[in-house]
Amino acid sequence: MHETLGLLLSSIFDPSSPQARKIVGLDYGFIAAASLVLLLVVGLTLFITIRYRFKKDDTEPNQITGNRRLEILMVGIPLLLVIGFFFWSLNTMSAILPEHGNHKPDVIITGHQWWWQATYPGTSINTANEIHLPVGKKILMQLEAADVIHDWWVPSLGGKMDMIPGMHNFLWVTIDKPGIYEGACSEFCGQQHAWMRIRVIAQTPADYKKWLREHELNATKPTDTLAKLGAALFMNASCSECHSIRGTNANGMQGPDLTHFGSRQTMLAGMMDNTTKNIDKWLTDPQKVKPGAHMPRFIFGADSVHALAAYLKQLK
Amino acid sequence: METIQVPEPEESIPSLSVSDNQGLLQWISSVDHKQIGIMYLWLSVLFLLIGGGEILLIRIQLAVPNNHFLDPEMYNQLFTMHGTTMIFFVAMPAIFGFSTYFVPLMIGANDMAFPRLNAFSFWCTFFGGLLLYFSFLAGGAPDAGWFNYAPLNQYNYSSSPGIDYYCAGLLFAGVGTVSASANFVVTILKYRIKSMGLKQMPLFVWMLLINSFLILAAFPSLNAALVMLLFDRQMHAHFFSAQGGGSAILWQHLFWLFGHPEVYIVILPVFGIFSEVFPVYSRKPIFGYAFIIGSGIAIALLAFGVWVHHMFATGLGNTVNSFFAASSMLIGIPTGVKIFNWLATMHGGSIRFRVSMMFAIAFLIEFTIGGLTGISFTLVPIDWQLTDTYYVVAHLHFVFIGGTLFGLFSGLFYWFPKMSGRDLDEKLSRWFFWLFVTGFNLTFLVQHALGAMGMPRRVYTYPDVPGWGVLNLISTSGGFVMGISTVLLLSIILKALRTGAQAEGDPWDANTLEWTTSSPPALQNFDQVIPVKSTRPFRDYKRPDDADWKERDSHGK
Repeated sequence: MHETLGLLLSSIFDPSSPQARKIVGLDYGFIAAASLVLLLVVGLTLFITIRYRFKKDDTEPNQITGNRRLEILMVGIPLLLVIGFFFWSLNTMSAILPEHGNHKPDVIITGHQWWWQATYPGTSINTANEIHLPVGKKILMQLEAADVIHDWWVPSLGGKMDMIPGMHNFLWVTIDKPGIYEGACSEFCGQQHAWMRIRVIAQTPADYKKWLREHELNATKPTDTLAKLGAALFMNASCSECHSIRGTNANGMQGPDLTHFGSRQTMLAGMMDNTTKNIDKWLTDPQKVKPGAHMPRFIFGADSVHALAAYLKQLK
Repeated sequence: METIQVPEPEESIPSLSVSDNQGLLQWISSVDHKQIGIMYLWLSVLFLLIGGGEILLIRIQLAVPNNHFLDPEMYNQLFTMHGTTMIFFVAMPAIFGFSTYFVPLMIGANDMAFPRLNAFSFWCTFFGGLLLYFSFLAGGAPDAGWFNYAPLNQYNYSSSPGIDYYCAGLLFAGVGTVSASANFVVTILKYRIKSMGLKQMPLFVWMLLINSFLILAAFPSLNAALVMLLFDRQMHAHFFSAQGGGSAILWQHLFWLFGHPEVYIVILPVFGIFSEVFPVYSRKPIFGYAFIIGSGIAIALLAFGVWVHHMFATGLGNTVNSFFAASSMLIGIPTGVKIFNWLATMHGGSIRFRVSMMFAIAFLIEFTIGGLTGISFTLVPIDWQLTDTYYVVAHLHFVFIGGTLFGLFSGLFYWFPKMSGRDLDEKLSRWFFWLFVTGFNLTFLVQHALGAMGMPRRVYTYPDVPGWGVLNLISTSGGFVMGISTVLLLSIILKALRTGAQAEGDPWDANTLEWTTSSPPALQNFDQVIPVKSTRPFRDYKRPDDADWKERDSHGK
């Protein structure tokens, strides 16, 4: 897990979309101006404190109480700087976040405590935490919240946007090249705010189409006996009350849709890799793995847990 | 020498008619502004230790990735309490402590306008703090952050009583704050010594006057929001719950309409302290007296038109965002330009490096860093990237610590001899200065980078992303340096109180009226007050041939 994350280091200075690049330009402009101001203040502070430090034979210094011209300069120069940056920032704002008008969103992302739901209008796809998007296309994301306020942020793809209950927010993003982009929920949303990480998987248009096609399909039917047992358990225990698996009777809406759970790389919103061992651990005692998560603890025996894990793992 | 009679209240003040040596009872029952001021300051120290302890636990948890030192529930309570404590029960009481103690002394009055109201204000703050902390015993502290966003603050997302205690505690303290401000306004406007016009008022008093109006206008918004939230939680109202027809974003408007002025409320008085300290240790008058007052008033007015810059990422639209971006940039100018006033005050002076002055000089640089990162948030697209990350955490601590706390320390080292009659150990105090400043920069400079690298704030742990672990460890070790130096400060103070040398009445050759009294001042501040003809009456008195009022046109117009 460490190695994978190492490759995914994303910072605001590592833009992978025109939107993020626009902001980086503004960043550099600001850093340049701010450094000059800071240098000026540090330089003046050092110069004045050294030059005018108390010396033995000091007499009472000249009592100067002000200087109108200097005061006008002190206000005037920052004012000019600020006006310049204001228009630069205005320009960047409207370039990044133009009105969406009647444009239909390409993907709707809903923040839940503590996971992300992604649906793709026009398809039956309903997935979680790993958001697949095509590269090279200007995508309109619609952002919503199911419970409290969450905030969508993938640093190398651009700015963040809150997800607020009762509101629809929008964000444009155009991803440059295929790859994995990491982000995280950035508005404090309760106990597991820390483990509400985002993974955007950007794919070439062809790969993306293929992914859409595969994920429109219903869940695969289990073939081996252990997975079949797991499926039966899933339907009869309360799992199906909260989770949906398309093509079965499980149609709960509380938790993430698990139709293609096996195809995800990570689980629990980026908390751990999606392995049978980790699924085992999670199903045995969810509150130990991710305290506060809205998944109750079912007192399953070890065999039942294995069966459930086998079933979930093969839902590719 | 020419002197002026001090107006005394017509009715006797209760504490003046009894012995002033009754131990604890004397403190509890006191209506003397100096004793109440000292109690405010001790309250602030108490909560500084508590809030500091909380953050050290948090820093231990964040020292390494995937740590299990604190569980998320405890972590969330601790960071919420840390923020709430530091703002409402450390910064505010410390400011009120110095103000309550020194405003009457600086304007030649013997007490506040309403001494009993003054005591009431203190005890409201005191019990507000106790009430907030009682939540730990009552089933859990508040856990939704110090700005306590809706709907996370609603009963169904935070069912422990913590947030109810948050509301009650802050309401109590808020009543104290508002009543104290009303008291200051009246004291400053009506109880100045006759000869002190508004143009002769010390800048600390000026900033307090402006600040009091700021508080009177800002706190009602918070108090209303707190009552509405209590209604939501206790009586199933739906002010802030979208499902019931309320609005989650309404809380943010009400909170930040208070919350942003609050940022200036905790910095303006400190600007006042610096405007006293720089002239005294530079042996020069303040540069641009009228300019500092004018920019203070500009800040106070603009402060009510900038709150949405806390909400640029809530999707209010580009039109709204650009309006508030412009106003937020504008307020940066009167705030930042003062730095140059103080630099110009030092220029050409004869600078004495006492610890108070050292904090003031360090402030110039630290506050510039905090101010510049603040300006970066007014560039909306940069805000979209960096808001709610560790970059914000770094920014706000550079402003609150590098600004407010450095100012309070500067004030402490300046006024301590006056308040206690004792000198602080200069050598240990210098150690404290260097330790604290080093620890502070170590803790918070790296957090700018963490934010830019994508680390959100308020996470109880984080994955092992390259760089994050190291930077967090540096930050944690810096935090402990600050912790150790705070303990050192406390020991310096206690040592001075026990065995410190007797302080002179005017150890810094200062300019204002409080230094004309003995150290510490007698229960009745003044029998007589020296004439006030300029902003530096005591200097005029000590150097009659070089008195300010003799040179009317020294402003270089």
